Amino acid sequence: MIVAEGLHKRYGPVAALAGFDLDVRAGTVCGLLGPNGAGKTTAVRILTTLLRPDQGRAEVAGFDVVRQPGQVRYRIGLVGQHAAVDEILSGRQNLVMFGRLYHLSPAAARTRADELLVRFGLDRTGNKPVKQYSGGMRRRLDLAASLILAPPVLFLDEPTAGLDPRGRTEVWEAVRSLVAGGTTVLLTTQYLDEADQLADEICVLDTGRVVAQGSPDTLKSALGGDRIDVVVPDARDLAAAATVISQVTGTEAEADVDDRRVSAAVHDRMAALTEVLRALREAGIAVQDVGLRRPTLDEVFLHLTRVPS
Amino acid sequence: MSALRWAAVDGWTVTKRDIAHWGRQPTQVIVGLLFPIMMVLMFVYLLGGGMSVPGGGSYREFLLPGMFAMTMVFGVEATFAAVTIDAARGVTDRFRSMPMAPSAVVTGRCAADMLNSALGLAVLVACGLAVGWGAHRGAGPAAAAFGLLLLLRFAVLWIGIYLALVLRTPESVLALQILVWPLSFLSNALVDPRTMPDWLGTLADWNPLSATAAATRELFGNPGWGGDTWVTQHSIVMAIVWPVLLTAIFFPLSVRRYQRLSH
Repeated sequence: MIVAEGLHKRYGPVAALAGFDLDVRAGTVCGLLGPNGAGKTTAVRILTTLLRPDQGRAEVAGFDVVRQPGQVRYRIGLVGQHAAVDEILSGRQNLVMFGRLYHLSPAAARTRADELLVRFGLDRTGNKPVKQYSGGMRRRLDLAASLILAPPVLFLDEPTAGLDPRGRTEVWEAVRSLVAGGTTVLLTTQYLDEADQLADEICVLDTGRVVAQGSPDTLKSALGGDRIDVVVPDARDLAAAATVISQVTGTEAEADVDDRRVSAAVHDRMAALTEVLRALREAGIAVQDVGLRRPTLDEVFLHLTRVPS
Repeated sequence: MSALRWAAVDGWTVTKRDIAHWGRQPTQVIVGLLFPIMMVLMFVYLLGGGMSVPGGGSYREFLLPGMFAMTMVFGVEATFAAVTIDAARGVTDRFRSMPMAPSAVVTGRCAADMLNSALGLAVLVACGLAVGWGAHRGAGPAAAAFGLLLLLRFAVLWIGIYLALVLRTPESVLALQILVWPLSFLSNALVDPRTMPDWLGTLADWNPLSATAAATRELFGNPGWGGDTWVTQHSIVMAIVWPVLLTAIFFPLSVRRYQRLSH
């Protein structure tokens, strides 16, 4: 449904995309994961016909984004990093205006606006100016505006950036119900948990190309799943603790001198916890604190860029 | 429907959006209309006593055409603000990702700004009539004068769109305001340029705003037009040449800038 082959895009000396490939099957959610500057937004802008690539080609819903932008635009919805709606107008006025610009008749645009307001829980606030909306409400309106034609492909560029936890949950729920309806979604995010929550397939982007690709489970096991953190009271024990932990987990243990903490990936959460504690006690190393946690994006990143898959 | 028909329909949809803004923000509309009225009242009643009109005549008769032309030039701020806010909020990108006619974003803006300025001009004319200004040469020349004023506004529109696409941030409207004021006062809108130092007076005479102000003074039968130099003696010609020239420069520049958004 979304295909990109060898996309390149430079801004002056900076290569935003350097050989970007992507293949998203119909009806699935692909999460483009990467830090700021990895090229996520550039990729979305090219796929939504806003930007021309320097090299390479891309197709969305079977149409070339450079040669047939008009065809592509009838089949996509775009939710950008800002809620791209008119702040002065009401939610309903926004949806009617965008409906008209999607070439619905005035009556059809009004009907569609009312349907979408109900669907996104905005029917009671539909006549209020968008200025008075919360962040989550704006994003839902933005999403509604992108769905006026019920497009088969939806692009979400960091749809929850700047939202509070409640706003995030609202947007996630809206996306899930869309996916249940068969929409193909390309989602960019900086958050591993967001990609994990929503995506069938994750593509990790770094300096303009995909460095790893797979289901959330595949990627997590490539990283060794969860991580164990052990804090020792005496910094002189760090090296010894790292050796012991590494032997138990079979993965590389990283020592942080400032925090007196050793961190390592684990495959089996509970077994690792008891095994590590026992091994440390046997080695005579005192433990101040221990915990299991999800890997951070930084760790996924370090791992993937250090060990290309 | 044909592409041309859609271009017109979509453009009108974008224009209607601005008209809907007026209904949503009546206070802002009223403040916007009151500002030039306040300027007229200030210059007529506070400063007018100290003003002299070149060749004699009533200062308020001299002032109003200058205020009309100045209001057209100040319209650049409204155009600039609207374009930068849409770009910053991502609304421009949403429009560009939609199957609407690409030209509609600009033509819709253009029509909305022209309508807004025509309305502002009408209110200012009413204000002028109330303080004793009048058009003395009949309906034909008066209509021509209003045409020249709107022509100036049309030229300024493209300057506004171009600068907005170059500077992009809504905050930079402040820089624009700081520039627009002295450039507007450096004209014959409020005083006779012959009261300025020679070189400044020459600059003021060549200001496009001066050409339109002097030309409309002539067409309304108000005092204070004409002079000893070529440019002051041909203000009607210059009131056409300047806007056409500015449009010929800034219209293609704006179109190119807009297309470059995808590069």
